[in-house]
Amino acid sequence: MSFPWAQQYKPVNPFMRWMDEKLPLPRLVYNSLGAGYPVPRNLNYFWNFGILAGLCLGLQIVTGIILAMHYAANAGVAFDSVEHIMRDVNWGWMLRYAHANGASAFFVVIYIHIFRGFFYGSYKAPREMVWLLGVTIFLLMMATAFMGYVLPWGQMSFWGAKVITGLFSAIPLVGDPLQQWLLGGFAPDNAALNRFFSLHYLLPFVIAGVVILHIWALHIPGSSNPTGVEVKSESDTVPFYPYFVAKDGWAVGAFAFLYCLVLFFFPNSLGHPDNYIPANPMSTPAHIVPEWYFWPFYAILRAFTADFFFIPAKLMGVLAMFSAILVWFFMPWLDRSPVRSGAYRPLYRKFFWVLVLDALVLGYCGGAPAAEPYVMISQIAAIYYFAHFLIIVPIVSAIERPDPLPTSITEAVLGKDENVPLMASPTAPFPGTQHSNA
Amino acid sequence: MIRIISILVGLFFTVALAWSFGNGAYQQITEPPPVTAEHEFHRHPKEVHFASDGAFGKFDRQQLQRGFQVYKEVCSACHSLSHVAFRDLTQLGYSDPEVKAIAKGFQVPGIDPNTGEDAMRPGMPTDYFPKPFANDIAARAANNNAVPPDLSLMTKARHDGPAYVYSLLTGYQAQPAALLKEFPDAKTPNGLHYNPYFANLNLAMPPPLTSTGQVSYGDGTKATVDQMAKDVSAFLVWTAEPKLEKRKQTGWPVLGFLLFATILGYMSYKNIWYEKKKHKA
Repeated sequence: MSFPWAQQYKPVNPFMRWMDEKLPLPRLVYNSLGAGYPVPRNLNYFWNFGILAGLCLGLQIVTGIILAMHYAANAGVAFDSVEHIMRDVNWGWMLRYAHANGASAFFVVIYIHIFRGFFYGSYKAPREMVWLLGVTIFLLMMATAFMGYVLPWGQMSFWGAKVITGLFSAIPLVGDPLQQWLLGGFAPDNAALNRFFSLHYLLPFVIAGVVILHIWALHIPGSSNPTGVEVKSESDTVPFYPYFVAKDGWAVGAFAFLYCLVLFFFPNSLGHPDNYIPANPMSTPAHIVPEWYFWPFYAILRAFTADFFFIPAKLMGVLAMFSAILVWFFMPWLDRSPVRSGAYRPLYRKFFWVLVLDALVLGYCGGAPAAEPYVMISQIAAIYYFAHFLIIVPIVSAIERPDPLPTSITEAVLGKDENVPLMASPTAPFPGTQHSNA
Repeated sequence: MIRIISILVGLFFTVALAWSFGNGAYQQITEPPPVTAEHEFHRHPKEVHFASDGAFGKFDRQQLQRGFQVYKEVCSACHSLSHVAFRDLTQLGYSDPEVKAIAKGFQVPGIDPNTGEDAMRPGMPTDYFPKPFANDIAARAANNNAVPPDLSLMTKARHDGPAYVYSLLTGYQAQPAALLKEFPDAKTPNGLHYNPYFANLNLAMPPPLTSTGQVSYGDGTKATVDQMAKDVSAFLVWTAEPKLEKRKQTGWPVLGFLLFATILGYMSYKNIWYEKKKHKA
């Protein structure tokens, strides 16, 4: 679907006409990434992160496929095969650093993308399905990244696999057999490494499939925008091509610059030194920590230190850690505010920034040793985390008095400047309303 | 309805967390965790710089050769270097015949061509550095129940790796009297050696570099303990990442190109949006 004023695809030569009749692939591209897709004209830079996330996924798939040509998923040689890639494969060091840091870049981008959604209420109707698919992608990404981190078969790979699969052993009755079934043994070994490699190769393509659904679902109502006011007329939008192709283009350049800065000059700064020690089941590292992008959830897992009535602390931690993400699925129904954008929600906006700070504190504590004061800080931060989504958001959305909204996107963009006639945009049939110009 | 359920679930988690917090706080007050000798006396690595540091860093080949000499004459008695092959030594500035001669100086495991049985033979450039012990059990037996770790990746496998190796090698000392006074039970056990740069302060490895001139450098550099420690640390930076120089040298043109492309992209963005944003000019 699209807006009635969307430009229509016209095949320019007989071949394209022939193609359009048989397989309208050019038409599909034109309508999704070309001039046929009208986009709100007021998108800010936070709207660039969807494209960047897609870029990261492509980058991970391409580097990953080449790495898989040189990697050996066998517990006896996996570690050595990674070093073989680093030393003897042509440009192998660059591929591996690109892939390892590409995972970090992917998560940086995706966290900004998700928090953009929280601030601007992107999850609200009519885009609930976009949001649900997005959270699904995030869960798949976490599974993929976790299994990818096991493949180099270093100390953190091994002990990370042991800890994370150990979470399933917290489930009553079936926990231990379930963990053994997942690992194919009593501890991570060749069986676990092989299946993790197989799934690590499979899941990115599942993600790519869900990404297509995510974009498809997005293109039905069209993109949201910083005002949260829906598109009303042609003057509210610009065609994706050339406007957002140009904007995304330079954003991709800026992103690639920062990514390459890390890749070529600080490639190990986001990793843990222990993963350069081969896996050793007989020697437990002093501090087992996952990669940085799991730290907030790891902090929530470890925050439960005391049994709660009949529920063991470990089970509480596991329940809470999974709930911390699952709760995102319910955002469209927890937040009942009729106003979409945080820009017009003075109270919600304050709690949003507390949540950002809270997530950073949780992240810091999750990467720190499991000792005081970090455990107590993460307990307080985790209390806020759950309170935010499950208590504060529903209550705030009921009691808040939002700021007045602009009547249209065009007014939000052009209406504030009283000295310039609104007809500056020749395509605007409905210039701003009286109240903003009075 | 959904909001009532949500608030109840929220209370469940927050109360459970508050319960954990209360328990933890109570425990902190009633039985605070004991202060350990490691916590009080462990030191962070010393500040030390290498030619390969920094965005323009390059290996000092002369130093790498000296460091290799220290490894060969001292460390290799106990530590393997399993990811490095003799052929890699050409990167230190050795010529092919020199590498051949170095390889020949090592005995590597092979097969007797007449009987087919396991035998030792002189190394070739394609061989990897041989391990000093046949397996971990042999290594433990010969080293007071400690396995000397492989050194190939050592400077990447520790926080602040090169500085850590240097500090450890130069950090051996007598156990401070203050430590024994405060923690009488923490006396360094027999067979271990006190070193404040080691995580638990007591290290199985005896001080490997002990006297000036332990190694005779061919280039006339005075082989003090400090110099040898620095040289071998620099050498281990190279063994951990032989492609370090190439990585940094590749990075600059890549960043230069991306900067150029990004500026062009920004200018075309400004140009394309000019009409749409004219009102703000």
